[in-house]
Amino acid sequence: MDIFDPSIFPILTADGLTNGAVYALLSLALVLVFAVTRVIFVPQGEFVMFGALTLAALQQGKVPGTLNFVLALLLIATVLNVVRALRAGDRRAAGLSVLWAVLGGGALWGITHALAGAGTPLWVQVLLTLLLVVPQGPLLYRVVFEPLRNATVLVLLIASVALHLALTGLGLAFFGAEGSRTPAFAQGNAQIAGVTLSLQSLLVIGVSALLMLGLALFFGRTLAGKALRATAVNRLGARLVGIRPEAAGSLAFTLAALIGALSGLLIGPSIAIGYDSGFLIGLKGFIGAIIGGLVSFPAAAVGALLVGLIESYASFSLSQWKEVIVFTLILPVLLWRSLSSRHHDEEEE
Amino acid sequence: MKRLLLTAVLACTATALADVRVGVIVSGTGPAASLGIPERNTVALLPQTIAGQKVVYTILDDASDTTAAVTAARKLVQENKVDLIIGTTTTPASLAMIDVAAESKTPMISLAASESIIKPVDARRSWVFKTPQTDALMAAAIAAHMASTGIKTVGYIGFNDAYGEGWLAELQKAAATRGLKIVATERYARTDTSVTGQVLKVVAARPDAVLIGASGVPAVLPQKALKDRGYAGKIYQTHGVANADFLRVGGKDVEGAILPAGPVLVADQLPATNPNRKVGLSYVNLYEGKYGQGSVSTFGAHLWDAGLILQKAVPQALKKAKPGTPEFRSALRDAIEGTRNVIGAHGIFNYSSSDHLGLDARSRVMVQVVNGTWKLLK
Repeated sequence: MDIFDPSIFPILTADGLTNGAVYALLSLALVLVFAVTRVIFVPQGEFVMFGALTLAALQQGKVPGTLNFVLALLLIATVLNVVRALRAGDRRAAGLSVLWAVLGGGALWGITHALAGAGTPLWVQVLLTLLLVVPQGPLLYRVVFEPLRNATVLVLLIASVALHLALTGLGLAFFGAEGSRTPAFAQGNAQIAGVTLSLQSLLVIGVSALLMLGLALFFGRTLAGKALRATAVNRLGARLVGIRPEAAGSLAFTLAALIGALSGLLIGPSIAIGYDSGFLIGLKGFIGAIIGGLVSFPAAAVGALLVGLIESYASFSLSQWKEVIVFTLILPVLLWRSLSSRHHDEEEE
Repeated sequence: MKRLLLTAVLACTATALADVRVGVIVSGTGPAASLGIPERNTVALLPQTIAGQKVVYTILDDASDTTAAVTAARKLVQENKVDLIIGTTTTPASLAMIDVAAESKTPMISLAASESIIKPVDARRSWVFKTPQTDALMAAAIAAHMASTGIKTVGYIGFNDAYGEGWLAELQKAAATRGLKIVATERYARTDTSVTGQVLKVVAARPDAVLIGASGVPAVLPQKALKDRGYAGKIYQTHGVANADFLRVGGKDVEGAILPAGPVLVADQLPATNPNRKVGLSYVNLYEGKYGQGSVSTFGAHLWDAGLILQKAVPQALKKAKPGTPEFRSALRDAIEGTRNVIGAHGIFNYSSSDHLGLDARSRVMVQVVNGTWKLLK
C-alpha cells in the first residue's frame, strides 16, 4: 500500500502535525533556556511527565508527590536566599524571603489539600497542576543552575543531565512504575476536507499555535520579553543596561516549566505517560531545537514539526527503522550547520 | 527503602548463626520496575523460618540493568554468602547472572520469561531454574485459541525491543504449526506518542486478528488506535499486560482483549477442582491484605512460586549439610531439581535434569477483558 494513497496521506500528516506541535513547543522552551542561560535543558521532558502525571494523580483523588517536591525546593531556595542576604548584611531581605516562602508554601499546601479530593472540575485540576509544576522551573534554576551561572556550557550540561536523572527517579517515587492517562479535554471527531480528525488532536494543534503566538507577542511587545531577548543576544550588554541575568534566567525557566507542563496536559489523553516517558519526547523537541541551531525560534518550531511529520511517515512505511530515521536526521543538519555558520567561541564574554 | 535497610541490618546481625540465606535481586527501578516492585513486595510475605531454620532474605535492586544485576549477584555470593539467588526480573540480566551462579556453584531461580535462561540444561545452566512461563508456552496458547475460533490471518504490532522481537519469533513458530498466516508485522517504541502509521498499515492488511506484543500500560496505545481506525477483528495481548494498571489506564479502550495468563490472575474464577485455585487465592489474599485491595499482579506470584519451591527443597538439603557451605548449596540444587508436583500460583512445577522450567499447559489460562475485569474463558 502506497504512502501517498489519498486515504492514508492526510491521516499521517494530521497525526505528524499533532505530535510535531508538541515537539515544537518543547523545542521553543529549549531554545529559550539555552539562549538566556546557556543551559542545554535535558530535563525539559520531565516537566511534560510531571504535568501529565500530576493531573492523573489529582484525577484519582490523591495529593500528588510533586507538592512535597515543590515545598522542598522552596525550602532549599529560601535557605540559599537567606544565606546570601545575610552575607550581604541585608537582614530585611532575608526576613522578606522567609516570609514569602512561608506564605507561598503554606498557600500552595492549603490549596492543594483543599482541592485534591475527588469531584473537582477538570479545569480546576488543570490550574492546580500548573500551580504545582510551573514553580519548579524558577526554583530548580535557583537551586541548581544559578549557583553555576559562571560555569562553562559543559559543566551546565553535566548538571542538566544529573538533574534529568534525579527528576526521573522522583517521578518513579511519586507516581509509581506504571503510567497513567488523563481524560480527554475534547471528545469526538471532526470532518475536515474528508479526513476524520479527533477533536483532541485539533485542540493540541490549536493550543500549541496559540501558545506560540503568545510567546511571539511576549518577546516582541512586553518589557520582560524584550529583556529576555536582550540577555539572549548579549549577556554582558544586557547587564550593563540594568537587566539582572538571574531574573532573566528565572523567567526563562518559568516559561520552560509552563510550556512543559502544558505539553504534558496536551498529550496526556492520547498516550499513557510513565515516569520515564519524558526523555524521548524531550529529545525529539531537542532535534527541532538543533535544527534551529539553538538560537532561532522559527527554525526550531519548523524543525520540530518536520520531526513529527517524518516520524509519522516513517512509522507507516518502515516502522522498525522509525527511531533510526528520526534520530539520524540530526546528522545532516549538524554537518550543514558546521559548514555554513561561522565559528565563535562559547566563552566570548 | 526502609525495608531494604531493615533486611540489611537483619542480615548483619544474623551472620553469627548458620541461617539459610537467600539473596533476592529484582528490578525495583528502571523500565522493568512495574514487574520488579510487586516481586520485591512479595519477599515480605515469604516465611521467616523453614523446617525450624531461620531464613534471611537480602534484597538488592538492579535498576533493570544487566551490569548492576551481575554486580549484585557477586555481592550476594561473596559478601552475604547466600545459599540461593532468586532473580532477576528481566531476561538479559538473568542470562548474565548465569555465569555468577555457575562459578560460585549457587543455585538460582530466575523470574524472567525467556526460554534461553534454562535451555539447554548444560554445565552452567544446571544451577539455574525459573518459575515464569516462557513466551513459547504462551504463544502456543494464543495460536491454539486463534485456530480454534476460525482465525486464518494474523497481524502483529509489538515493541521494537527484545520483548517485542521475542514474541514475534514465538508467534511465527506457533502460527506455522497451526496454519495461521502472518500478514503484517509492525513495531513501535514504548514511549511513542502515536502509532497511527503502524495501525493504518495493519488495518490495510485486513487480518482476522491482531496480536499486540507489548507489556504494561504502553500496550494500550495500539489497541486504542486499532479501535479508532474501526478495526473490528479480535485483538490479542500478551501476559505482559496482566496487571491492574493496564485495566485502569486502558478503560473502555481495552475492552474485549484476549490474552493468556497464569491461573493466579483469575484464581477466584477457577473451578474448585483446579489445584492452582487455593494457592492462587491464598497468595492474592496475603498480598492484598498487606498492600491494599486490587494491588496484586501476576508478576509477584512468580517470586511466590520460587518461595514455595524453596520451602520444599530446604528441608531435604538440610538433611545433607549445614547452610552456608558448598555442600549445602549443592544439596539445595539437587533438591530443587527433584521438585515434583509443587502446586504454585502459576502452575504445577515438575523439574527434572533436562527441564528447569517444569511447567506444562496447566500453567496458563485464556482470559478476556470484560467490563473492566479479567474474565476466564472456558
